[in-house]
Formats: sequence, C-alpha cells, structure tokens
Amino acid sequence: MKKVWLPLLMTGILCLIPYIGVQYAGLGYLFAIIIPCASLVILIAGFAIRMVNWLIRPVPFRIPTTCGQEKSLDWIKQDKLESPSHFWEAIARVLGEVLFFRSLFRNTKAELYAGPKLVYGSTKWLWLGGMVFHWSMLIIVLRHSKFFFSTVPPFADFLDNADRFFDILLPAFYMTDALVLAALSFLIVRRLRDLKLRLISLPTDFFPLFLILAIVLAGMSMRYVTKINVLPVHDQILTLMDYSFVLSGEIGVLFYVHLFLVCVLAVYFPFSKLVHAGGIFLSPTRNLCNNSRAKRHVNPWNPDIKFKSYAEYEDTYRDKMKKAGLPVEKE
Amino acid sequence: MSKYVPKLSELKQEFEKKKPALLKEDYSGKEWWDLPVEFRDGNWCFPGKPEVLEDLGFSNPRKWAATDADWQLPGGWEKTIKDGLKSRLKRFRSFKLFLDTCVRCGACADKCHFFLGTGDPKNMPVLRAELIRSVYRNDFPLAEKILKGFSGSRKLTAEVIKEWHLYFNQCTECRRCSVFCPMGIDTAEITMMARELLNLIGVNNNWILAPVSNCNRTGNHLGIEPHTFVQNIESLVEDIEDLTGIKVNPTFNRKGAEVLFVTPSGDVFGDPGVYTMMGYLLLFHHIGLDYTISTYASEGGNFGMFTSNEMMKKLNAKMYHEAERLGVKWILGGECGHMWRVVHQYMNTMNGPADFLEEPVSPITGTRFSNAAATKMVHIAEFTADLIYHKKLKLDPKRNDHLVTTFHDSCNVARGMGMFEEPRYVLNNVCNSFHEMAENTIREQTFCCGSGSGLNAEEFMDLRMRGGFPRASAVRQVQEKHKVNTLVTICAIDRASLPTLMKYWNPGVSVYGLHELVGNALVMDGENKRTEDLRESPMSGFGEDEE
Repeated sequence: MKKVWLPLLMTGILCLIPYIGVQYAGLGYLFAIIIPCASLVILIAGFAIRMVNWLIRPVPFRIPTTCGQEKSLDWIKQDKLESPSHFWEAIARVLGEVLFFRSLFRNTKAELYAGPKLVYGSTKWLWLGGMVFHWSMLIIVLRHSKFFFSTVPPFADFLDNADRFFDILLPAFYMTDALVLAALSFLIVRRLRDLKLRLISLPTDFFPLFLILAIVLAGMSMRYVTKINVLPVHDQILTLMDYSFVLSGEIGVLFYVHLFLVCVLAVYFPFSKLVHAGGIFLSPTRNLCNNSRAKRHVNPWNPDIKFKSYAEYEDTYRDKMKKAGLPVEKE
Repeated sequence: MSKYVPKLSELKQEFEKKKPALLKEDYSGKEWWDLPVEFRDGNWCFPGKPEVLEDLGFSNPRKWAATDADWQLPGGWEKTIKDGLKSRLKRFRSFKLFLDTCVRCGACADKCHFFLGTGDPKNMPVLRAELIRSVYRNDFPLAEKILKGFSGSRKLTAEVIKEWHLYFNQCTECRRCSVFCPMGIDTAEITMMARELLNLIGVNNNWILAPVSNCNRTGNHLGIEPHTFVQNIESLVEDIEDLTGIKVNPTFNRKGAEVLFVTPSGDVFGDPGVYTMMGYLLLFHHIGLDYTISTYASEGGNFGMFTSNEMMKKLNAKMYHEAERLGVKWILGGECGHMWRVVHQYMNTMNGPADFLEEPVSPITGTRFSNAAATKMVHIAEFTADLIYHKKLKLDPKRNDHLVTTFHDSCNVARGMGMFEEPRYVLNNVCNSFHEMAENTIREQTFCCGSGSGLNAEEFMDLRMRGGFPRASAVRQVQEKHKVNTLVTICAIDRASLPTLMKYWNPGVSVYGLHELVGNALVMDGENKRTEDLRESPMSGFGEDEE
C-alpha cells in the first residue's frame, strides 16, 4: 500500500539526512543551530498564521451541537456542559474536549446481527489510545524543558520524578516512554487493521505517526541504549538561549537525528492536520452557547434578501381570500 | 408500495451476508477515490423541473436526470464552483475549520444512518467530507499544494460533481456524527455548503426546490392557496365536532390576536399530520388561547435550509413579517424538526431583531419563557409541558391506553436545540405506557428517519428504507420487548416518512404526533362521551358496553 510505505520511506530518508550531514559532511552547525532556529520560527509563525486565518473568518450563526437538555423551563434540569447557556459553561465544554476528549469518550461500535438488528457496544479504545498518546506527548515535551534552564525548574523536576517508573534501572525508565510507544503502535495498527480506517487513511495520516515514532525511538535509544552524554546538549541549548550561536562540545550523531526529526515535525505541524491542536478551541459546534433564542447572535454579513411580502401575497390572492372570508388590507 | 422500494427479503439477505461487518464489500487494496459513482433506481432524487428553477431564478434550468452521461453543466462551471467555495470559506469559519481540522480518526464512521444502512464507504461522514476536502486541498492551502498526492487531493471534474450530488444527497444533515467527533466537525454544515455549491450550477433535487418555490409563492411548501388552507382546517374542525361534540374556533389572519401559531403545512394537509393539528386545535380551545393562524406565514418548515443560506432567510422572513403585521405579542410554533433548527439557531440572526414582539408569557400560567426572550418564539412542547406542570389541563391518559408508545427524538430538535425532557414530560402525562428505545438511539444519539433534509421523495425509496434502518431496528426491539405499537414524534417529516418505514420494517407500528395524543387525552368541557380517538380508532376501556 503506497499510502503506508511512502510516508515510511520518507521518515527513513529524513533519519538519514542528519546522519549523513553530520557524520560525513560535517554540517553540525547547520543541524544544531540553523535548522532548529528556523523550524522554531516556522512553527510559531505558521501556527499563528493558521489561527489568525481562522479567527478572521466570521461565525455567522450560533450552531452548537446540543448533546444535552437546553435551558428552558425552571423545573427542567439543564445539562450545562452539553448545552451551555453561559460563557463559562461553554469554556468548560471546550476544555472537556481539549483535556479529556469528551466526545470521543461517547464512542460506540455498531455491529450487525441476524434479524437484521443493529447493536451498539461501548468502545473506549480510541479514546484511551488518544488520551495516552496526547498526554504522554505533553509530559514528555514538558520534561524536556529541563534542557532549557541552567537549574531545572520545579515543575520539570516534579514531572521527571513522577514519570520514573523503574528507578532501579540506570538511567531510570520513564513511564511515558513506554506509554507513548504503546499508544503510537495502537494508533498505527488500527489504521492498518480496520478496513474502514484503512479506506479513510491518507499518507498524511501515517506520516506524522511514523515521524513521531522515529523521534521517540531516537530519543529512547540515546537515553537507554547509547547512553548519550547530555551535558554538551544542555550546554548547547543554554548557549543558544543566550543568543550566542557557537557550536560547543561533542554531540552524538543520534542526537542530531532526534533533533532534526523534531524540526521536521515542527515545520510540518502548522501546515497539516496537526493544526487540529489549535482548531479544536475554535470549533463552533462546541464553543458556542446554546442560547440563540434568548440572546440575539449577529451575523456580520447578513445579506439583504427580498422576500414576498404580505402585500404582494394579498395582491395575488385577494379575490380568493375575500371569498374564503379572510380579512384583507385593501378592498 | 413504490417500485423504488428494495425487496425486503433481498435487503435482509444482503445484511445477513455481511454481518457483523458493516461495509458492503471487501475493500482491501482499494482507494475510495477509485470507487465508481453509481446512480440506479431508488438512490437519487429527480432533479428540479425547469419551470421551478425559472420561478426561483436559479441557474441552469434544463431537463436532465442523474443517470444521464452528460449533465449539461453550464459553461465555466468549474470556476463557479471554485469561486463559490472561496466565498463560503470566507464567510463561514465553521466550513474552513471543518475542512482543515479533521484527523480522520474514524470515530464518525459507523455513526451515520446511511452508512449503517448501505455499507457504502463514502457514506462514512469522514469520507463524505473528504469528497470536498480533496478538491479544496488541491486548490487552497499552500503547504498541501506542495505535497499534492501525498495529502489526498484531486482535480475538480464532472465525475466529482456527480459524486457530490450522489453523496451530499445521502446525508440528511442530522448532525449525529458531530456528537461523536472529537473536533466537533459537523457534516451537516459541509452538506449545506455542498448543496449550495451544486445549486449554483443547476445540480439539484426537485423534492426540495418545488416546495421552496411553492413556499415563496403561496406561503407553504405544499402550495396550498389561502382559501384551500382555510377549508382544510375547517374540515378538521368538523371532524373534531363529529368526534367530541365540541366546536373549536380557529381564526385566520386576525389582527390583534395575542399569539400567532405557525406549524408545518404537512400538519394541515398530510396524514397523519392532520391528527396532530386536531390536537393543537383542541388544546387551544381547552385553554381558551387567543391565537390566530396565518395563510401567508402558513409554513413552519423551511426547505430553503436545504437549498442555500439566502433561501432559508427568504422563506423564514415571512414569520416575523406577518407577526408584525398582525400585531401579535409572540409566536407559538408547532411540532417540526428542521423548522426548529431554523427558528432556534438561525431566525433571529437572519431576520431579527423582533423588537415589535414581546418576551413570550403564557397567558394561562403566567410563565415567562425567558429562554425565548430574543427570538420570541416558543415550542409547543415547552408550552404544553408548562401547562401540564401547572395543572391547567384536564387530562385522562387512560384514553391512550390502546397505544403502547415509544418516542423518536427528531434530529434537529435533539442536536440543534437540545429539547429532550419537555416532550417526554408531556407524553408521560397523556399516556400510561411509554417505553424508551435503546440508549444509543435516543436523545442526542437519536437516529434520523432516513428521509430528512428534503430526501423524502418517492423515487428515493431504496435509500430511505436503508437510511431509516437504524431507527427501525431500534423500534423493532421495543416492539418485540414491550409490544410497542405507537411511535410518537415531534416532526412533520417524521410523520410523513416514518409510516412508510414502519410498514416496511416493523408492520404493526403506527406513527403519531405528540399533540395527537394530547388531543386524545384532553377532557373537554361539555364534550360527548368519547369512545374513539382522533383517528376514529376505538379506545380501550371506553367501549359502549365496557362501563
């Protein structure tokens, strides 16, 4: 299947680029400084452009998907989260989506039985896989912040300690490393195994999964297999943060692979489906209140439409209306 | 039944063969964009008639059929579509966002009633949207342009237009997928845009456009002229008198009434909608409501919604215009699905503010409907629930003992308004035997009747019976378990389409409007002894010799 091997091949090539570039072409400066800085700029600017690009477009109608009882009569209990009528309730609804994937938690699996009859089973696997993947990624990224400070900030220290699963190993094994690997495998396997998923998947769905998998594997190999010396890396980042672009110390080539793939991900992020990370906050079916009957929503481009007025209607049907005993404006 | 109906035995066999899987074939090794687009009897609606298009001033009136090889698209149609797409992306954040943020997680795949009934992969909501996304990606965002092919993009061709027409008319804009989507992507929004675009080049559906044209001309979808409209309601008044001995007295186009009552014209003209209408009339008489019905704003529904944003506004404008002319205080709306999506989420934005009306207050209970403070329109189920709560109705639920009921949440009222408790409260007070269907098939997870959004056409029967299958299957389960024989709805399209669906899948189940049951249960002052319900079916326990 081309849509699977193409992104896999691309990921492979992307791994080779820094390897060859650093090992054989001596382009350490390019891979350690220029590309990371440029990709960071592209990530931030690109993401901002995408968000602004959405935000400048109007929301002409208030169209929440109401997944619970609306606010109506006093004695009927409103579902404030699924049918919010106040700003804060809508915020809570969006946060529920962002932090806990509430809608995905509802997921069911339909199956056809004899009869014919449809049966819906609860299925939380996608929700679980998604949650584990996203949360592990977040913790891993935050954990990495220790490389950006000369003294490790308390929250990074806390995460680091909390994440150590087997302190018996040296270096200690991070729980999130295992979790993210498991979740990534699940997300890849389900796209390959489920026929429906295989049909809907595009190369752009496999590519980020393979890319992130490669980043994780490179990172883990450095930590657990080659046991890379992180001190020069730490120094390098700190020098960079001081705006002095000097290549200092000796850094293992695996690190360059890891870093380069992260840069690719950063550049790819704003221009692909990965921007859903920003889009989810703006989804009009989730972030709007279900109160359009109580409070008028304004459409900035509300078109002026000519409709058939009552006077025109009466002109058309006056005789018939009079015969039927209907009151008319003009005799 | 219609010649477009699939043979039940064949359809059952088809399901039997593929169970428990849902996809109709083994698609391994295939890509969706290579699958053929097939129009056959029963899976497409007749196109808009040339005279209808001319009347509406719509583009490209001509005689054609979806099975034609050449659809006679107008010159420069590609540009029309691309410009149309661009303009809509500019005006609707929702549209742009929903094209950009899908991660193809597949949560929506088995949530669509058309997918569950057909097993056609392009009926998975994600693929339905990809039909447009693939074209959008080809022309719009910059990065994906560089990675053409990689991102699943394709050129806009006449074949793509055919595919759009087929599949955007196999979506009833029911929003069930949007409940499950982690990004909140609403396929209804995408289908609405797609249908607008198709209308720009004369690719359309007569079952939608004829009612639109009628509604514009006569005030209602069925094209009933004022005198016939009045006659029809008066014949219902006579039926009520024959049955109950009570003469109800509706007024028409009367200035100075307190309330303007607007309901879908199907309630005035169609069976079994007329029985619901009789229920409304009895209720209003029972409480002495000062109301009037308009022959001009004689349509609650709005097929403009299935055509274009502008047409929706144009048809809806009559309600406020008429309410202002008649000088009523507020508007009361009957039972309807998409009508309430329009009233609840669009009306005040499009045609408001309605400053000439007052915040609705029930003249009977004094309840202030602050949830309708701006739009000034109250749903009849809210209104009746409030009356019952304040014990203003004399009800005898035993009069519905011949009915064992279940309740079908209408998609738009459920997912576009959030009204779940009111109709249940009313139903529980007017009958003694209410059984809910399975959890995943009601409330916000309710299934469409399979004929919504203007797909209720006779020639579409094959798809309607398939699309309605998930609903029918859920009804079947309560029919077997609780001997349910009555499917209660609060939607005119449901009342028009579900009887056929029930006859096909679940013989023995009849379809009722909520207020028909209210009408049955209402004990009117000075009424004759009741032995029959509004359909003239005998009530149980009220027979001549049973006392």
